[in-house]
Amino acid sequence: MKELLRRYGHTLTWIFVALTAFWLLVLVILPQLYLLEESFRLYLPLADIGGPKDVYTLANYRSAFEQPTEWKFWLPFAWKPIILPFEAPIRMQVFVHTLLYSTVTTVITLILCYPVAFYLAKVANPRNVPLLFVGLLVPMWVSEILRAFAWFIILAFKGPLNMALVNMGIIESPIRWITGFNSVTFGLIYVYLLFMLLPIYNAIQSLDTNQMEAAKDLGASSWRTHWRVIIPHSKPGIASGCVMVFMLAAGSILVPTLLASTQSRWFTEIIQQAMFESQDWNTGSAYAFMLLVTCTVFVIGMMRVFRVKLSDIAR
Amino acid sequence: MSAGVDLQNVSCDFGSFRAVDKANVSIKPGEFFSFLGPSGCGKTTILRMVSGFIDPSEGQIKIGGQDMNGIRPNKRPTALIFQNLALFPLMPVWENISFGLEVRGASREARRAKAEELLKLVDLHDSADKAISQLSGGQKQRVAIARALAVEPSVMLLDEPLSALDLKLRQHMRAELRAIQKRTKVTFIYITHDQGEALAMSDRVAVMSQGKVQQISTPQDIYNAPVNGFVASFVGENNIFKGKVKSIDGGKCSFETDAGTFTATLGPSVDANTIARIYVRPEYSRLQAAPAEGGNSIPVTVTDISFEGNFIHVHAADKTGRHVTVETRNDGSVTLPAIGSAQYLCFDAASARVLADQGMKDPGIDE
Ligand SMILES: Nc1ncnc2c1ncn2[C@@H]1O[C@H](COP(=O)(O)OP(=O)(O)O)[C@@H](O)[C@H]1O
Ligand SMILES: [Mg+2]
Repeated sequence: MKELLRRYGHTLTWIFVALTAFWLLVLVILPQLYLLEESFRLYLPLADIGGPKDVYTLANYRSAFEQPTEWKFWLPFAWKPIILPFEAPIRMQVFVHTLLYSTVTTVITLILCYPVAFYLAKVANPRNVPLLFVGLLVPMWVSEILRAFAWFIILAFKGPLNMALVNMGIIESPIRWITGFNSVTFGLIYVYLLFMLLPIYNAIQSLDTNQMEAAKDLGASSWRTHWRVIIPHSKPGIASGCVMVFMLAAGSILVPTLLASTQSRWFTEIIQQAMFESQDWNTGSAYAFMLLVTCTVFVIGMMRVFRVKLSDIAR
Repeated sequence: MSAGVDLQNVSCDFGSFRAVDKANVSIKPGEFFSFLGPSGCGKTTILRMVSGFIDPSEGQIKIGGQDMNGIRPNKRPTALIFQNLALFPLMPVWENISFGLEVRGASREARRAKAEELLKLVDLHDSADKAISQLSGGQKQRVAIARALAVEPSVMLLDEPLSALDLKLRQHMRAELRAIQKRTKVTFIYITHDQGEALAMSDRVAVMSQGKVQQISTPQDIYNAPVNGFVASFVGENNIFKGKVKSIDGGKCSFETDAGTFTATLGPSVDANTIARIYVRPEYSRLQAAPAEGGNSIPVTVTDISFEGNFIHVHAADKTGRHVTVETRNDGSVTLPAIGSAQYLCFDAASARVLADQGMKDPGIDE
């Protein structure tokens, strides 16, 4: 604050602070509070609002745990679901799948991005790095919907991928790619890759190369140098990349809409259905808060497990 | 356990730039050997080639007689102390020190014990569990030394390890490093741009300039018998006169300058009738009221006297304005001349060396 005052003077500082406060309060917190309040009220015809039926209740939340059905569970990478020997509420099935595949997305994205980030930060000739980054960023200039849609076309049953594979004789008949969670996971990884890559790149880049060499010099293999020196140093970057990708994936609506099938629904689709198809904002809000709270708790839990502090991520 | 290091015709090119040019250096087991030279002359590059982080463009490096070609840094019997130390900030002191043992699969107890032992060796008790950020500059220095010693290297490589310390601590650590080297009997290869450090600590010194090794000798010889103008002017101060060798008589020569003709000791690779320079150390120069009989005398005017404590520097200028310095000990044995007085700068032939300009970055200095 002092720093801001010194740098920009009183007028500008107060404008900054006021704008930030406005954004936080009016555009973020108030609508959320409104939805939170709505989520505890019933979806009623206009005439009943404010009447005796309009009470605070947990009914909207409870509805997520209703309608038990046979659970077709999709194991990661499977092309067919397995039938679990017990029933579960239909929305809970979707909820669990969403959390599971957001996690799978995050883990795969991390595995893909760490080596690339390391290569860009420490191996590649620094002169070529800007060019490589442009190559990575250009696809991101295209909007998320187009990128997801492109994959929707490519992976379609009668799409170019199947056509090419069949014509080359690699497969005999077209494969139904968009089924289960493989295509969604793939799409999410593709769309959110950079949110993982950039923080990890930044973190690794800030590591003094001499430390890597010191480890090598003391006899460490590349593996151990990564494990003991580079990864601990880049943990905040890795953590913020993971949090971002996980949250974005769990909250994504476009990618699942395009790349998931009827058998592999995403929880955001359920929220959307409630809000826009049934016009039931109350239930929709309740589901949205369930997702938000669960994801937040999950992320905090994971941060505990991997001993990452919130202040590390904000760095 | 220590090993010798041999550099045979070692060069290193970065693109078209030659950072090290045909270095031939033979370092004996257990020796404290320094590379001395100005910043950018290729010292670090030599060290990085010995430790294996850079491959020589040509030539061979042998450690303990074994060719190091193709052997990665983690398999070499060397330990490098980095210019910025490169301690691991996320590990406590003892894990830093025992990192090399962890790599070799030692048990936690063994590592801890070794770390404690080394902490005692470098005179840093009770710091095993401290974080690196809690240490002072000198303590970090000791941890870096301990970390390198932990892997029991045959050769320790030190890249200007004292440059970040303040003067007092630097002088203290000089003695300490030397003592550790004597105790462990490990070969030390030490890099510095500080001539005082190199002369005070080393068994032998290699003076480098622009990628070339200029002279390899004991500190005494480097200072007293430099082989060329670069070594003479990089190590210590000189009064310098440019001129021409007129005649040679054994180890002496007659040297003609615009300030007069002098008799001086002939340095290596200077021939008759070549242009060269005569170098006289300030402490071998004297000022007297009358010219020395049959000796080397130049009329000068005293311009300034600076008192350095144990030494007194008398500055003077000859008739062309050339600046000369005479150093006397502050022991009351010499009466100082008055500023502005006319004096003669005198020196003996034995303490004046005629040297070629070879190795100089800018042969035009002091024209
Ligand atoms: N990786 C490199 N690429 C290009 N030039 C380099 C590289 N490393 C060092 N140099 C150049 O080589 C010369 C010697 O460098 P260095 O060995 O670090 O000098 P010193 O340690 O004696 O100060 C310098 O001019 C430096 O710019
Ligand atoms: Mg250097």
